[in-house]
Amino acid sequence: MSGTVRQEGGYAIVCLDGEIDLHSSPEARKLILGCLQEGKPTLVDLASVAYIDSSGVASLVEGFQLARQRRLDFGLVGVSPAALNVLKLARLDKVFPLYASVRDRLG
Amino acid sequence: MMGKHWTVVQVPAQAERLHALRSLVHEQATAYGFMPGCVDDLVLAVNEACMNVIQHGYRGAAGLLELGVSTSAEGIEFRIRDHAATVTLDDWRPRDLDDLRPGGLGVHFIRQIMDEVAYLPTPDGTGNLLSLKKHRPGRETAS
Repeated sequence: MSGTVRQEGGYAIVCLDGEIDLHSSPEARKLILGCLQEGKPTLVDLASVAYIDSSGVASLVEGFQLARQRRLDFGLVGVSPAALNVLKLARLDKVFPLYASVRDRLG
Repeated sequence: MMGKHWTVVQVPAQAERLHALRSLVHEQATAYGFMPGCVDDLVLAVNEACMNVIQHGYRGAAGLLELGVSTSAEGIEFRIRDHAATVTLDDWRPRDLDDLRPGGLGVHFIRQIMDEVAYLPTPDGTGNLLSLKKHRPGRETAS
């Protein structure tokens, strides 16, 4: 997995790609929580995620919870079919705000 | 793992080895004829079971993990052997999905995806041998 963070429209956009598993999810978690701890509303771009397991999903849940505590906007963007399938298995597709693209959220 | 033909790999129980284990599951399930979506689910379920061994079995300590795959007319079976403390299915604690918290999803995925989940006796009485079975497509409604 590789992850990058960019700023756009006052939001932090965390872009993750490749495979998010037990080996790489600590890095994903660090990126997501880091943005929120800096007080930034955060969107996580999962368009290029080929695989995500429960440890990766746990990182997203942690981000969602921290955002809620801090009253910051948080959502997932362009979720790939592979990632969406796993979110559906966890019944989280109805919990996370999902957007087709960054533009879809920021307008 | 005797009787049926088994393809077996043994790796150190480390997170960086999961990719190779997933590749084996993907290859074998695809060759068996499962549809791509089902293959992805099987990869996820076996990955979660192997992850459990690394995280909760060995708890970061060094150890070996063996993954075996066997196919038959009935379906595909994965066996995961470890030498960590013995556990039973009663030790599996899936979380209520309405209870939003980071952990506990792996067991839910395994139970949702696999048709049969069982711990088998180990040859030497130590460690664990987990069997995960998925029936051949179409067999579910016939049985």
